[in-house]
Amino acid sequence: MTHLSPNWFDIGPLEQIPQRGARVVKTPRRNIAVFRTAGDEVFALENRCPHKGGPLSEGIIHGRKVACPLHNWIIDLDSGSATGADHGCARSFPVKIEKGRVYLEMTVAVTP
Amino acid sequence: MPVTTHQANRPKLVVVGNGMAAGRVLEELFERRSGAFDVSVYGSEPRVNYNRIMLSPVLAGEKAYEDIIIHGESWYARHGVALHKGETVVSIDRNAKRVTTASGRNEHYDKLLIATGSAPIAIPVHGVDLPGVVTFRDLDDVDAMLGQAEKGGHAVVIGGGLLGLEAAAGLKSKGMAVTVVHLMPTLMERQLDPSAGYLLQKAIERRGIEVLTGTNTQAILGSSKVEAVKLDGGRDIRCDMVVMAVGIRPNARLAKEAGLVVERGVRVDDEMLTSDPDIYAVGECVEHRGQCYGLVAPLFEMAKVVAARLCGDSAARYQGSVVSTKLKVSGIDLFSAGDFTLGDDDDEIILRDPSRGVYKRIVLRDNRLKGAVLYGETEDGPWLFDLLKKETDIAAMRDTLIFGQAYQGGSPLDPTAAVAVLPDDAEICGCNGVCKAAIVSTITEQGLTSLDEVRAQTKASASCGQCTSKVEALIVGALGDTYKGATRKPMCRCTDLTHEEVRGFIVSRSLSSLPAVMQELGWKTSCGCPSCRPALNYYLLCAFPLAYRDDAQSRFVNERVHANIQKDGTFSVVPRMWGGLTTPNELRAIADVADRFSIPTVKVTGGQRIDLLGVKKEDLPAVWAELNRAGLVSGHAYAKGLRTVKTCVGKEWCRFGTQDSTGLGVKLERLLCGSWTPAKVKLAVSGCPRNCAEATVKDIGVICVDSGFDIHIAGAAGLHVRATDLLGHVETEEETLEYVAAILQLYREEAAYLDRLYKWVEKTGLERVRHIITEDHVARKALYERFLVSQRAVRKDPWAERAAGFNAQEFAPLAIVAPIAQLAAE
Repeated sequence: MTHLSPNWFDIGPLEQIPQRGARVVKTPRRNIAVFRTAGDEVFALENRCPHKGGPLSEGIIHGRKVACPLHNWIIDLDSGSATGADHGCARSFPVKIEKGRVYLEMTVAVTP
Repeated sequence: MPVTTHQANRPKLVVVGNGMAAGRVLEELFERRSGAFDVSVYGSEPRVNYNRIMLSPVLAGEKAYEDIIIHGESWYARHGVALHKGETVVSIDRNAKRVTTASGRNEHYDKLLIATGSAPIAIPVHGVDLPGVVTFRDLDDVDAMLGQAEKGGHAVVIGGGLLGLEAAAGLKSKGMAVTVVHLMPTLMERQLDPSAGYLLQKAIERRGIEVLTGTNTQAILGSSKVEAVKLDGGRDIRCDMVVMAVGIRPNARLAKEAGLVVERGVRVDDEMLTSDPDIYAVGECVEHRGQCYGLVAPLFEMAKVVAARLCGDSAARYQGSVVSTKLKVSGIDLFSAGDFTLGDDDDEIILRDPSRGVYKRIVLRDNRLKGAVLYGETEDGPWLFDLLKKETDIAAMRDTLIFGQAYQGGSPLDPTAAVAVLPDDAEICGCNGVCKAAIVSTITEQGLTSLDEVRAQTKASASCGQCTSKVEALIVGALGDTYKGATRKPMCRCTDLTHEEVRGFIVSRSLSSLPAVMQELGWKTSCGCPSCRPALNYYLLCAFPLAYRDDAQSRFVNERVHANIQKDGTFSVVPRMWGGLTTPNELRAIADVADRFSIPTVKVTGGQRIDLLGVKKEDLPAVWAELNRAGLVSGHAYAKGLRTVKTCVGKEWCRFGTQDSTGLGVKLERLLCGSWTPAKVKLAVSGCPRNCAEATVKDIGVICVDSGFDIHIAGAAGLHVRATDLLGHVETEEETLEYVAAILQLYREEAAYLDRLYKWVEKTGLERVRHIITEDHVARKALYERFLVSQRAVRKDPWAERAAGFNAQEFAPLAIVAPIAQLAAE
């Protein structure tokens, strides 16, 4: 296995993340927020708002967006970009669901 | 047609299973090349192949067994198929290429087709083996159910999916009392979103079927047969029959024992081949690209490929299916297809028509249909499904897509202009049947100038409020710029209704859940936004204090985790100090907690208590447990609720004190704490008019005087500074408690979410509040009673609940990836 090949880590069953909620995965490099929408899609973003570093995992999730709990910036879960008048981007990471379990691609997740 | 006899030179095809999948493969096969194989079929059921998806109409008495037969005896004879009914294949010897049946029959095959279907899942609870527990899978099950239905009684259906609901409706129509118990909060949650699920639940309930969602079955009770179902929370439902309809599981045991690759189902590739090149599998028993299917359409598509492959067509491939669902309960129109789970506002189109109970939602990605849910009006289902399967680019018809096929080709209308050009008899308000002319003439004849007046006089927009913007357009048309409609402020961009209007509708129409509110009031988004969701959650909690289940995901983080988030993502913890009183023991416990958890900052707050700042989220439950041990409970410093009751020392110690202000403060705090309110609430009690507790800048302030207690309201000392207004004077502590609780309840029931008490008083008028609280004794007592009832639901310490493990995953990471694991993986 080369260091470039996909390195999917099983991080747990989907039902461990509440719908319209998020959980945190701690990695040596960073904390990653894994979001689950009302429609059971999952997204992974660095758990830091591009504005003042607020923990996005604690925000209110609506549609495919999350509102940062500190100053209410609205971040797009897919791209990590701030929406509306705000500018900035939270880093996003590959994540997928297979047979009810959530997998995070760890090679990218631990890349500086 | 001559009967084909066994010929030694033809290859032998043995089919295990005689359900719809097997039947369809044979049909396709004979159509392509009749007589290519010498075919034997083994089926466990003692019958020919029948249409399993029509079992519901058989149960409901709309069809008989004869009506649902697909292939009669003569069909098998005509095609020379050796049909072995009631003969179960028990093993496959892949080396010898032979199958063996339960009765010991042995047969050789050249090609084998496994079509063993699926079996109902029985949830592993006590009593699941009792007589009277049935599944809903084959004709024997239907016979069992019909036998019980003839005797009447009560049936409990476990599972609120497609099959469960069809069984429930069938049994109800046969005269049984029926309860559906569903584990998830939404019926048919795999096919429906919460809005459609809500409408479906209402429709099912209207038939007299009891529906319990979000409910787990603990056990099935009975000695010699089923007598009751025990639910989580302790409720027992007496019953005569239990229908287990929680789902199906691929029947893959035979394949597994034969050494074929089996995961959830028998694994097949795009050629429908199992891991053995001479063995195909088809239908509900297979797993293809990680998917198992429980619907009929994919099975037909698979059957086509199997037949083609058997005939040597190497191009035939099965690439998975997009599925659509229709509920087969007469009178309920419901359609769902594809993946409608997207939540992005940009990519979903929603149409709600509350008065007709219609809900339509289309989900788009890159101008292509990704999924659709239709409820109440499903004629466009097949058309949408076609667009979905063909991945048609819908950019050109995006604006009118939701209106259906009939609207395509017409020119889109600007809604504002559309109202102006509507004919006089056009219906504006569907709920109350008010037409345009009636509204316009009432405005001019009676000189109406506001939306409220129009509502009062015409009833238009007074029910669901969805036509509000149309009605306003008509007022503007009649009055021109003199209409000051712009002062109306909708709750958020998800609705045109104001906070007050939404609250009013929730109460007047008993809308008791988030999906109910969003559907009935025509929400423009599927799951709201960060500004309406917490507000609605509060309104529902306030209106239905005992029945409503709090939605944690609609709470701001502070209320969800019972602590205040700080700028670095840590939290602060403030234990309650009743009336500002504490003890050496409590102080020692706080000091110990601060030491033990290395809490960096300990600060005295402005509300006479102690704040522990910089607590890590994962430490919160342990911190609370330790504080609980010393008798300290949550101070709700994070809540839109009662924060503190600040007091001075009062007559116990103070030489000017007139009453026991500290004691009264403690009583008030004990009475009011835990209550959710539209915004935070702070109280104070001063023991004399010197007012050391600063009661005159609090939401509610009590100032003790010789003759009793002055009650003040509507102060503020934050963003705005405002001295209180004197509401009235009472003589006893008991009256003070009752008056204050009544004021708080009136505020709880009327104020817009996030409006502090003074804001609400400014809007509604001090005199009105004074009249209700101090003069209308019946109203005040009723408010007080309602307050006490709602307090029953919150009379527990949220910290203790969390320290005991409630929703513990909230405080733990989902996973921790440590370097050692990383190394191991590489």
